[in-house]
Amino acid sequence: MNPEVLGFWVLAITLIGSALGVVLTKNLFHSVLWLALSLVSTAGIFLLLDAEFLAAVQVLLYAGGVVTVVVFAIVVTEKLVGETIAHTSKRLAGGAMVAAALFAMVASVISRAELAITRPEATAEATRSIGVLLLTKYLLPFELLAVLLLAGLIAATYFARPED
Amino acid sequence: MPLSAYLTLSAILFSIGMFGVITRRNTVGILLGVELMLNAVNINLVAFSRFHDTEVGMVFTLFAICITVAEVALGLALVILLFRMRKTAIADHIDWLKG
Repeated sequence: MNPEVLGFWVLAITLIGSALGVVLTKNLFHSVLWLALSLVSTAGIFLLLDAEFLAAVQVLLYAGGVVTVVVFAIVVTEKLVGETIAHTSKRLAGGAMVAAALFAMVASVISRAELAITRPEATAEATRSIGVLLLTKYLLPFELLAVLLLAGLIAATYFARPED
Repeated sequence: MPLSAYLTLSAILFSIGMFGVITRRNTVGILLGVELMLNAVNINLVAFSRFHDTEVGMVFTLFAICITVAEVALGLALVILLFRMRKTAIADHIDWLKG
């Protein structure tokens, strides 16, 4: 068994297990911790696909940023309510059926499509090409993204402002 | 591993995220399900990009990650606002638009 196959299976099992943890645990805080694990294993999948830069971004922004923000939100809201947040699920059977049907649909498309079996040789310059593309062909979306982040920042502080 | 293995993994993750969105009652829990789904899409983008030897998919993933972060920040701000006004985090209790 070569390292790529072994790594893929280890990461896939961790990823699916932690994703199930996110949707099935009773404790909201534990859910967030499972989410952190699944985001870090996704970074591992990115490494397997030779996307080192994206793996770093994933860990920094997602696992670092998003998880911290969610934990903050849980702490703040629990304090506001003064009791532990109920984190139950409902309609488990219906949800499982919809999810299974969705997966069956996607899987049938995947099995019928003609997909590449082997990947082309890795070019060591992936990060460099991402940077060049960002600042040439995709400069306008890149700048718009900055505007979006600013708008998001202002909106978030406006929504979460102290009561007047 | 062939491309189909990565696509299947991502489809499984997307379905699990969908399951979370449908079954969770807490708004933060629903948001976590959406995160899982977005994450699955990112895996797809990177896998296609790698197997077709082009970096455009990775640039797109970068955009997707940034937009997701903005979305999470806003979503949680909305949750905090709802808490303040309604003292609840259960999505079913938010029914202001019901006449």
